[in-house]
Amino acid sequence: MECRLPFSLVVFCLVILSSTVRSELVISSVEKWVDLHSHIVRVVSFLKVENQGPYDVSEFVLAFPDAQAKNLATMLVIYLEEGKIIYSEFPINSTKPKSKQSNMTFYPVTLPKKLEKGKTAGLDVYVVLTNLLKPLPKEITQAESQLLVYTDNIYYTSPYHIRNQSIVFRLPGRIESYSEYSEMRLVESELRYGPFEEQPPFSYSPVVVHFENNNSFAVASNFVQEIEISHWGNVQVTEQYTIIHGGAHLKNGFSRIDYQANPSMSGASSFRTLVARLPPMSHSVYYRDEIGNISTSHLRGDSQGTQLEMELRFPMFGGWKISFSIGYSLPLHDFLFESDAGNNVLNITFGSSIEEIVVENQIVRVVLPQGSKDISVKSQFPTKKSQELKYSHLDIVGRPVVVLEKDNVVPEHKRYFQVYIYYKFNNIFLLGKAMMLILGIFLLFLMCILYMHADLALSKTSSWEEETEGRK
Amino acid sequence: MGATSVASPAPLNSAPSSFPSLKALKFTTKQQELLIRVSALALIYVLAFVVRLFSVLRYESMIHEFDPYFNYRTTLFLTKNGFSEFWNWFDSESWYPLGRIIGGTLYPGLMVTAALIHRILHFFSFAVHIREVCVLTAPFFASNTTLVAYFFGKEIWDSGAGLVAAALIAICPGYISRSVAGSYDNEGVAIFALLLTFYLFVKAVNTGSLAWSLASAFGYFYMVSAWGGYVFIINLVPLYVLVLLVTGRYSMRLYVAYNCMYVVGMLLAMQIRFVGFQHVQSGEHMAAMGVFFLLQVFYFLDWVKYILNDIKLFHSFLRITLTCAITVGVLALSIGTASGYISPWTGRFYSLLDPTYAKDHIPIIASVSEHQPTAWSSFMFDFHILLFLFPAGLYFCFKRLSDATIFVVMYGLTSMYFAGVMVRLILVAAPAMCLVSSIAVSATVKNLSSLVRAKSKSPQGSGKPLSGSKAAAKASADQSLPFQKNGAIALLLGALYLLCRYAIHCTWVTSEAYSSPSIVLAARGHGGGRVIFDDYREAYYWLRQNTPPDAKVMSWWDYGYQITAMGNRTVIVDNNTWNNTHIATVGRAMSSYEHEAYEIMLSLDVNYVLVVFGGVTGYSSDDINKFLWMVRIGGGVFPVIKEPDYLVNGEFRVDKGAAPKMLNCLMYKLCYYRFGEMTTEYGKPPGYDRVRGVEIGNKDIKLEYLEEAFTTSNWIVRIYKVKPPKNRW
Repeated sequence: MECRLPFSLVVFCLVILSSTVRSELVISSVEKWVDLHSHIVRVVSFLKVENQGPYDVSEFVLAFPDAQAKNLATMLVIYLEEGKIIYSEFPINSTKPKSKQSNMTFYPVTLPKKLEKGKTAGLDVYVVLTNLLKPLPKEITQAESQLLVYTDNIYYTSPYHIRNQSIVFRLPGRIESYSEYSEMRLVESELRYGPFEEQPPFSYSPVVVHFENNNSFAVASNFVQEIEISHWGNVQVTEQYTIIHGGAHLKNGFSRIDYQANPSMSGASSFRTLVARLPPMSHSVYYRDEIGNISTSHLRGDSQGTQLEMELRFPMFGGWKISFSIGYSLPLHDFLFESDAGNNVLNITFGSSIEEIVVENQIVRVVLPQGSKDISVKSQFPTKKSQELKYSHLDIVGRPVVVLEKDNVVPEHKRYFQVYIYYKFNNIFLLGKAMMLILGIFLLFLMCILYMHADLALSKTSSWEEETEGRK
Repeated sequence: MGATSVASPAPLNSAPSSFPSLKALKFTTKQQELLIRVSALALIYVLAFVVRLFSVLRYESMIHEFDPYFNYRTTLFLTKNGFSEFWNWFDSESWYPLGRIIGGTLYPGLMVTAALIHRILHFFSFAVHIREVCVLTAPFFASNTTLVAYFFGKEIWDSGAGLVAAALIAICPGYISRSVAGSYDNEGVAIFALLLTFYLFVKAVNTGSLAWSLASAFGYFYMVSAWGGYVFIINLVPLYVLVLLVTGRYSMRLYVAYNCMYVVGMLLAMQIRFVGFQHVQSGEHMAAMGVFFLLQVFYFLDWVKYILNDIKLFHSFLRITLTCAITVGVLALSIGTASGYISPWTGRFYSLLDPTYAKDHIPIIASVSEHQPTAWSSFMFDFHILLFLFPAGLYFCFKRLSDATIFVVMYGLTSMYFAGVMVRLILVAAPAMCLVSSIAVSATVKNLSSLVRAKSKSPQGSGKPLSGSKAAAKASADQSLPFQKNGAIALLLGALYLLCRYAIHCTWVTSEAYSSPSIVLAARGHGGGRVIFDDYREAYYWLRQNTPPDAKVMSWWDYGYQITAMGNRTVIVDNNTWNNTHIATVGRAMSSYEHEAYEIMLSLDVNYVLVVFGGVTGYSSDDINKFLWMVRIGGGVFPVIKEPDYLVNGEFRVDKGAAPKMLNCLMYKLCYYRFGEMTTEYGKPPGYDRVRGVEIGNKDIKLEYLEEAFTTSNWIVRIYKVKPPKNRW
């Protein structure tokens, strides 16, 4: 068994082991599944943790190399005791050791229940990583398939001793090449390494998988969602996307005749459509960009939701960019509730409605009705929050806008997390605009009446008029 | 619509029956007439707006055609950066590497109007996007034009004629063609300004009031700021004054109206940078100045005549003064022209006076389809019954000659001539046609209805101001009673039928012919459904998103404005055809062999070449069909390019029998690159061009210096990337 652990890391591990991590914990077995089907890497690790020390343990530390931690979009930990789910989803904060040489980031997990000595518990760690699949070669022609490279540690990166472990890569198709190890098996599209026995903490040995992946590599470099609340009963959602094909760049230009003649062979890595899942009861859907409406789209609705199939203006090849916006209206009563204190509670879903897309930077702007007060936001993951004003139709003081910003958003955010916005709003303000319009039209009529009755002539008789009268 | 408004003066007693609450108010006849008139006018106002919205309903709220995209882009700039930035804007994105001084080379009226409307709406806190304002500017001004037409008609004839004029112009296809929603072009506001200026001037002549003529000067200023067609005003008005002088209708009112309008209008017009000092320096404006001086001489002579009180003495004085004045005038003109102070007439002006001029001398003017002489069918298409009503209206005008009717007759006749010379000037003729026709309709219907009404209550109905012709009609009606009444009814029904046909025709023309944005093409599919070709926007959007921001795109000038506005990329030439040499250079590149063209493209720093090709879809206004104009324009400056090289026995062909130079020039190669592998129609060989209806002659096209970068889904737009120069070692 080869072990290419840098010396500094070893030293560092010793430091760690002696300080934060209780070495009494041992991982008796771990199986890591790496799903490489799309451009989002999803890793599930099934751990069995055994407490061999003399004390009860309440904290477990997860470790990730910095390269992964930087691109870690979301993490979910499920704690199992004797096969039953005890608790899932607990708050995780990352800690970074002060030592500069470290290339690890630690995530201490406070266990919901102390692990008693001698006992074993299960931990399922679900991690979503982005930006880790690198195209190789970096440039391909239209006829070629897209090949991606994924690099990982063949051993489970952990500050604990691991007795038995294995890693499985689930691949979408053909494998170009992969690291050779003695314990490995390739069955159809599953590449399995292991089992490896008795590995010390922070064992490291690289594994590289080079494989074909033609799934749409859609990355939204910028996504701005504006949710406008009207207490007349409508929510207007506008989503602006700038989408980049993050895969291998296109070489030698785009040939339409090849693309048309044999769509399956040519431009396999490109994508032409994106599917957005809109909430149920969506209506007045539009799909347009800076230069006008895009007429190629289909809308299907069922009780689960509305599905908007957008055909882009042009097929997206590697490195190409496109921006567009979609918008839809929703009934307000599905999103707005009243809390006990007389507050309005707005419950919004964070994340993009487009399926299987990585959002590098998401900005959500919630436009509350004019006159809203005491605004507070509660979200279940860290976001940058700020407030501004927006002036829309017939606004005098402006509508308060809650701005939430978050980097690296994946579809998982949408499923599990929600954002609550509390605010106070007096319904009497609803009448304000109607009254304004009525008053405006009334003033217009009043001015007309005044004008009709006013005599603005300087003198009653004009010499010219007399002359013309005389002529007639 | 025409029919209801025509009938408005007639049903004086029956109107309030549908308003029970109004019955209690007991309107006087005058009030009822006012109510009907105002509501008819309001309906016409709405109608004029609504009928122009076909394109928004059928497609979307978008800017149409070519020039409007430039206007839209500049308006966007104006709203973003403010007026002073706009006025001093040097645009480096067009005419690379020359650039264009936008503020000094455009008529800012339209953009300022739209930006002002936008600002006003925002002031009243209507958060409207500037695009919607731009799209709806033309219909809005068309609605306003109907109001002006009403007042104009009222001024020259009576309020009935005014109403008919408003109704006719609201749906006149000749006007609609340039003012549908989305056609955000200068003409949209200019026709309003033109008619307003004319109306105010006629009003000033009729009243002799300084206020009205000042107002007309401001109207003229607006017109100058909006459209180059102001030259028509500055020549028609002096011509009209001259005619009044000659026909002995000179009056103090005319003197005041013209002098004030000319002097103030001229000074105001000089504030527009694009026009500048042309009013005193350009040959096209000299007629107005000549008439101005003539009026002074006339007034002076009048005064001398009044002082002298001696006919003989006055005649000799007249002779001397006239000789002197004419000599001085001719001398000044010739010296001015010879010294270059007064510029000669421009090519466009010449081509108006001599329709064959452009064809022989300026291919770039002749190449534009809307500068072609008008076909008879398009007169019929755009004017319909107005063509027949126009002479009838002229007859009525001559029958009741006044200063105002003389004006409208002159306006009608001159604009008819210009409409015959150039297709696009049908637009200028449309208001005149409507006004003159409205006189015909109104006078006829009025006469006929008075005949019909005279039967039922013959003692009444003489309270109308119109007395002369009506009394005569009544007198004749008294002579042969039963026959005339029926005849009048039949004629009324006939008039109603004609007006209905007009309304139907206008609606049909608007919906079928004039509401297509031309940037999105629609065709009928095999199943009868509508197929949309959105290739232009596909290509422009691709350029916008996937080329470097400083990329330079070479294309024929037609697409320049669209590329800069939608693609946001620098172009070599665009629709502002101010530099013929530059356009000729592009024409030369397109018609040269690839390696020669490459040299030209490198010298122009071109990164991408864009061509429009209709061979797959059968879209006929593509670059191959425009190619001969490129050759002609290129050959006009660079004699290396010779038209006969591209023709076979004087015939333009792209198939096997085509000229060898044609088969290997850049344009041919770019359009047909790899087209030979494509089967376009069932049962036809691959490489069958559906526009030309032939199999192309050169199927094995290899590109050495360019590579295909993007082709739209229906092949309408093809973009090629110019490869960087190869290393020499």
